[in-house]
Amino acid sequence: MAVAERQAGEDGIPPTYPITVSVNGKEHEATVEGRTLLVHFIRDTLGLTGTHIGCDTTSCGACTVLLDGRAVKSCAILAVQADAREIRTVEGLETDVLHPVQKGFVEEHGLQCGFCTPGMMLASVDLLEKNPNPTEDEIRHGIAGNLCRCTGYVNIVKAVQFAAKKLQEDGQGGGT
Amino acid sequence: MTDFSVIGKPRGRVDGPAKVTGQAQFADDLHLPGMLFAKLLRSPVPHGRIKALDTSRAEALSGVVAVLTGKDLPEKYGILPVSQDEEALCTEKVRYVGDPIAAVAAVDEDTAERATELIALELEELPSYMTIEEALEKEGEPIETLRFGPNVHKAVSLEFGDVESAFAKADHTREDLFFYEGSTHLPMEQHAAVARWEPEGKVTLWSSTQTPHYVHRALAKVLGLPMNRIRVIATPVGGGFGGKSDPFNHEIVVAKLAIVTGKPVKLTLTREEVFYAHRGRHPTLMWVKTGVRKDGAITAMHFRSFLDGGAYGSYGVVSTYYTGALQTTTYKIPAYKFEGTRVYTNKPPCGPKRGHGTPQPRFAIEVHFEHLARELGMDPIDFRLKNLVEPFTYTANWLRITSCGLRECVEKVLEASGFRDKRGKLPEGRGVGFGLSAYMSGASLPVYWNDMPHSEVQLKVDRSGTVALFSGAIDIGQGSDQVLAATTAEVLGLEPEDIHLITADTDLTPIDLGSYSSRVTFMAGNAAIQAAERLRDQIAEAMAAKLDVPTDRVAFRNGRVMDAQRPEGGVSWEEACAVAEAAQGNLMSRGAYKPPELSGPYKGSGVGPSPAYSYSACVAEVTADPESGVVEVDKVWIAHDVGRSLNPTLVHGQVEGSVYMGLGEVLLEEQVFRHGLHKIPSMLEYKSPTTKDMPPIETILVETVDPEGPFGAKECGQGPLLPVIPAVANAVEDAIGARFHEIPITPEKVLSAMDKAARGEEPLIGPTSLPDYHLGEVLRVDPPDGKKVELFPMHEET
Repeated sequence: MAVAERQAGEDGIPPTYPITVSVNGKEHEATVEGRTLLVHFIRDTLGLTGTHIGCDTTSCGACTVLLDGRAVKSCAILAVQADAREIRTVEGLETDVLHPVQKGFVEEHGLQCGFCTPGMMLASVDLLEKNPNPTEDEIRHGIAGNLCRCTGYVNIVKAVQFAAKKLQEDGQGGGT
Repeated sequence: MTDFSVIGKPRGRVDGPAKVTGQAQFADDLHLPGMLFAKLLRSPVPHGRIKALDTSRAEALSGVVAVLTGKDLPEKYGILPVSQDEEALCTEKVRYVGDPIAAVAAVDEDTAERATELIALELEELPSYMTIEEALEKEGEPIETLRFGPNVHKAVSLEFGDVESAFAKADHTREDLFFYEGSTHLPMEQHAAVARWEPEGKVTLWSSTQTPHYVHRALAKVLGLPMNRIRVIATPVGGGFGGKSDPFNHEIVVAKLAIVTGKPVKLTLTREEVFYAHRGRHPTLMWVKTGVRKDGAITAMHFRSFLDGGAYGSYGVVSTYYTGALQTTTYKIPAYKFEGTRVYTNKPPCGPKRGHGTPQPRFAIEVHFEHLARELGMDPIDFRLKNLVEPFTYTANWLRITSCGLRECVEKVLEASGFRDKRGKLPEGRGVGFGLSAYMSGASLPVYWNDMPHSEVQLKVDRSGTVALFSGAIDIGQGSDQVLAATTAEVLGLEPEDIHLITADTDLTPIDLGSYSSRVTFMAGNAAIQAAERLRDQIAEAMAAKLDVPTDRVAFRNGRVMDAQRPEGGVSWEEACAVAEAAQGNLMSRGAYKPPELSGPYKGSGVGPSPAYSYSACVAEVTADPESGVVEVDKVWIAHDVGRSLNPTLVHGQVEGSVYMGLGEVLLEEQVFRHGLHKIPSMLEYKSPTTKDMPPIETILVETVDPEGPFGAKECGQGPLLPVIPAVANAVEDAIGARFHEIPITPEKVLSAMDKAARGEEPLIGPTSLPDYHLGEVLRVDPPDGKKVELFPMHEET
């Protein structure tokens, strides 16, 4: 945990903390307020707007990112908690080609408006990392924390199945 | 032209790659240099008079740049010309908890929020009206008084044919009451808008809106600027479902703040505020009476609806008509009377949610017919089959029906689900239910009266071979970008990915009225085909000269242009464009769609007519637990007549999404208020189906190739929601014998029905009375008996 760089003063200005975070393989040093949510750090400080905010109550999963490879809702984590840790956002999924999960969402029409898609994909990456060959029930359980209002989830499940198959064919893990 | 290369082929969407890489820029993703952030002060009471408003402490707060109150934006507005009852910021009265009163722009969101708390507001609380009954019966200062009486926003009474004597001819009649609870769209993306004052004296607004053209008009009116000083750009919409179809106060406020401060300003609603913006499903109380002959033929129907409109008009006049207009597009009803009443209440305003005004009566009638058929001693399915509308006919209320695959939808969904083998035969606690519906492929009239096209498309091509398509249509997830690209590509012999789309920017793109009423595929699709055909003909003319063949022998295929009789020859698309540019100068074309004149000869006939109706039929299989009251949907079968499926992948997506939203409405979703306050304005408490709630869906597409649709297509984004709700309600009755005349069917209601059954009462859950309100005057209209259906096909080749 980072140590406060500046203590709260009489003026009510909140304390700030220096953090070093690796985001999509790149080191970022920043000073953040203790109350800053990770999602705001990602969107506002780093300008990575592919991570979306959908609810303010940790209910929708649109802000899901990978923290040390595990899917977390970045609105439920403070930026200071990400100090000295690794974050992967939707912008970091693609290498030279689309990640198999991204390809699955395109090929299987796993998205309509696309707003839940980044969070949905990162939850799926985490799922496939832990369980490379999930059943449909396991997929539905694995991404149950992510809401979508467009698709009825039918093609999202197919997209994850597509990705699982492709990852197995490519002989790699969950891609983290 | 049935040998398509793009149309009818399952494929992904052109905006897919941007959306899976995080590159799609939604409104809240925009960040402009020097940008300010705005917050709204909202009313804490459901109904009150503003006695005093002092913003001086807010203005004095460090970091605050501007504060607005209602005095700065006094001009009223609203989506419908007849309902100009909204204020961007309230001037005298507040009408619901969440009604905005003042706005602050500051250097950051926190400062803006703190400043709103420093505004001194004194309100005199007025009596609040939270239900339809209270609005009509409770004493006190009304929310508004129009010509229909206190708190009545709209009342309509229409009679087609002689309903009384038609009822007299019936061998049997039945009456039922129903209540359909309100629900909200819950788009994943919270509304957001950014405005910038441009140095040349213009203001630009970026907004998550389904209707940039209507926002453009409302901004001009309220800001007092000509439309040509305002530019509206719709950003990709992160879910709409009708909830982003109105001009909104936050859009007007950011534009005004940008003008006042000279700086860019952003306002993003919180999730709680999205519940206040609302415009969702109208809670609707309904009464229906139907008369039938012994053989099952319907002789007459009388339908009454009371809509709980919330605090403002919104689309409410239209919503009211919609609860009555489309009864006749599913079943043959020779004599029909409709009375609709919409009341103001002190809740967030209701408006158009997917299916707009139609899910409520569809639920009522499909459940009502189950009872009616059984009383008559008929199988409920046979009863429906006896009364289905026929293609290419007129309804009693003058709606023109063209292609109609309803019978095929019914037959296919019954067969796929094994309905007849299951109904009444599954073990206790399990059941199947059926419902059917029709929906419009776009309204034949615009929201404001004018003679101009509803959709316009322009194409620009040059020697590079780039096809730039300009359209005002906005993709809200339904796939309008794909429809525009695919229809254009089909005509030009290209791939959808070859079409570069410039959409929904009022400075750059020609008019499209917006992504509402399931109109875009039909209307913008037709406009795109026309533009593409005209461009193709220009290039064909130049290529005919070069190839020395007649123009009609020039073919466009696989990115090449050739003599159809020598397909191995020819030139690339780029070369053909260069040939045409050399011969004709810069290459561009235009296409436009305006629906034919379809309104009937009476006032109010403008709501309901559509160039084509889609049809759906649904079977739901459920398990209902009489101990816990929990209803689980095991499977849904749905058949949908889409005219022609332009892209089965996207059509399936729209149908499945509709089923999803229907299941949420019938089992989970409801607006709950306590002491005037929305009790559950968050995703934590407002229940939306998750991956684990969703059953398997079997989708069957029926193709009837509509004579006026683009390549024969009709809508698929709203209609398939409609039959899901009654199918589930009917399935619950089959499972446990409980009759639900009210949705959502919550565990509490199921248990209450079981208690009634245990006491020997009828296990019926629903309303028991109607308010005593009738519009005095009834407009009597003769049905168009024997009128011949006239068609207006736009493209010879489709």
